Amino acid sequence: MSEKPEISVEAYRQRTRRSLLTGGAAALAGLFGWVWVQKQPETHRIPTVLRKGHEFNESLWTELFRENHQARTFDLEAASILRVNGRRGLRSEIDLDNWQLTVRGPDGAELGRHVLDDIKRLPYHEMTIEHKCIEGWAQITNWGGARFSDFMQLYENQLPDNISHVYLETPDGGYYVSVDVQTMRHKQTLLAYNNLGEPISELNGAPLRLATPLKYGIKQLKRIGEIQFLTETGGDFWGERGYDWYAGL
Amino acid sequence: MTFHHPPPDETEQPATRKAVLKHRRGSRWMHWINFPLIVIMVWSGLRIYWAEDVYAFGILGWEWFKFFPESFYETLDLNRRLARGLAFHFNFAWLFTINGLAFVVYTWRTGEWRELAPNRRSLSGSLDVLLHDLRIRKEEPPKRGRYNEAQRLTYSLVILLGALAILSGFAIFKPTQVFPLTWILGGYTSARIIHFTVTLAFILFFVVHILQVARAGWRNFTSMVTGYELVDIEPDEPDEPAESPKSAEETADV
Repeated sequence: MSEKPEISVEAYRQRTRRSLLTGGAAALAGLFGWVWVQKQPETHRIPTVLRKGHEFNESLWTELFRENHQARTFDLEAASILRVNGRRGLRSEIDLDNWQLTVRGPDGAELGRHVLDDIKRLPYHEMTIEHKCIEGWAQITNWGGARFSDFMQLYENQLPDNISHVYLETPDGGYYVSVDVQTMRHKQTLLAYNNLGEPISELNGAPLRLATPLKYGIKQLKRIGEIQFLTETGGDFWGERGYDWYAGL
Repeated sequence: MTFHHPPPDETEQPATRKAVLKHRRGSRWMHWINFPLIVIMVWSGLRIYWAEDVYAFGILGWEWFKFFPESFYETLDLNRRLARGLAFHFNFAWLFTINGLAFVVYTWRTGEWRELAPNRRSLSGSLDVLLHDLRIRKEEPPKRGRYNEAQRLTYSLVILLGALAILSGFAIFKPTQVFPLTWILGGYTSARIIHFTVTLAFILFFVVHILQVARAGWRNFTSMVTGYELVDIEPDEPDEPAESPKSAEETADV
C-alpha cells in the first residue's frame, strides 16, 4: 500500500488514530517479547532462547573457521608474563615432581598417562599472541610448548573418527572445560609449559596448561590433570554458569 | 440589532491545512524498532563493560571522570551480570545489524537518502542552525527539503556511527576470525575503545535528539508515528496542484 504524498486533514485524523493504535499494539508486542525472553526457562543460567542464540553463533563461526588461518602474532618485546586471574582448580597443593597427565577415551577408559618429559619430547613451538579475557582485558604474552595436534597424534589409532570435543580438567576437578576439536587441532593451540621462555608459574598453570589465541582465557585450562576425547561436548565450568560454551575468538 | 453568525463548521471552510508525507512507512518502522534495540545494546554492553571498567576521561594524566562510578552500576543493576550481558549483547546484535542494514537498503532504494545526504555547505549550515537553536541568532536557517543542514549532517553521521558500532563490535567479537577488520581499527584494545566511544556518541545523540524533538513540538513528533505532518496552506498556494509544468514536475518527483 503506497502512501500518498499529501492527504486532507480528515484523512490525516483517521490515519493518526489508526497509526497510534498500530504503534500501541507494536509497542505492546515488543514489551511482551521482552518479558517472554526474561521469563524463559533457563538453560545453564541464561534464558533458553539466548542459549540457542549462542549456539547459532557457534555453528556460524564454526562454519567460517579456516584451519590454516592464524591469529595475529607479535614481537617478543611486546610480551609480558600473563596476569593471574582466577584460581579455580589451583587451590589444592600440587607436587610438580610427581604430576601425571591422564588421557581417556570417549567411554572414560584410560588410554595412557604422561609425565612432563613426554610432552617435552614432542616438537617445541613458541608463539607470542594476544591473550584475551572474557572480562575485556587483553595482554600480549608468549607461550612455549607442544602443539595439541602433535599430542593427539599419539592417540589417533585408539580414537574413533567422530571425536568432536576435548575435555580438560584440573587434578582436583575444581575447574574443567570442553573445547571443540577444530580449535584443539589448530596450529596455535599448545600444551604450554613455558611463559616467556620460563617454566609457567604455579598460578598461571604449572606444570602444563592449555594456551590458544582462538579462545578466551576461560577455556585455557591451567594445571591440566586429565584430558578426555569426546564425541559430543562435555562439561564446562563457566558454560554451566551462564557463559557461551564456545567462547571462540 | 444584528447577530454575528456562529462560526461555520470547520469542514465547510476552505481547507487551510493539509497533511504532507514526511516519513515513509518503512523508515518509521525501522526507526521505532531501532529504539528498543539500541537501548538493549547499550544496557547489555554496560554489563559487559563493568567487568573491565578501565576507561576514564581526562587530559595529561589528570582524570576528570571515570567510567563509571560504582553507584551508577548499582542503580542500573549493571554489576555482576557479565554472562547475561554477553548473552543479550551477542543475540540482539544480530537484530540491530539486520535492522540497520535494512534501513540503509531501504533509504537507498526509495531515494530517501537524498533528504539525508549532507553537502559542502552542510557544515557551515549546521553552525547557523546551532546558533539559531542556542538563541544567539534570530533568523531561522532554511531547510533543504525535509531537513535543515544540521539535521542532515547529524542523521547521516548517526548512520555512520551505527555502522562503526557494528564493525568495531565484530572486531571485538571475533578478533581472530575477522582479523583484517580488527587490524583496520588498530587492534583489539583500540577496537574496544572505539566501540565504547561510539556508545557515548549514541547517548549524546539520543539526549540532543530528545531535546530537539520536544522543542519541535507535537505535530513533528506524531509525523514519526503517522508518517504525515500537518502544514498550513499558504494563502497564495492553490489547494489542488495547478496544471502547470512546474508543479507537475514537483509531484512527479515524490
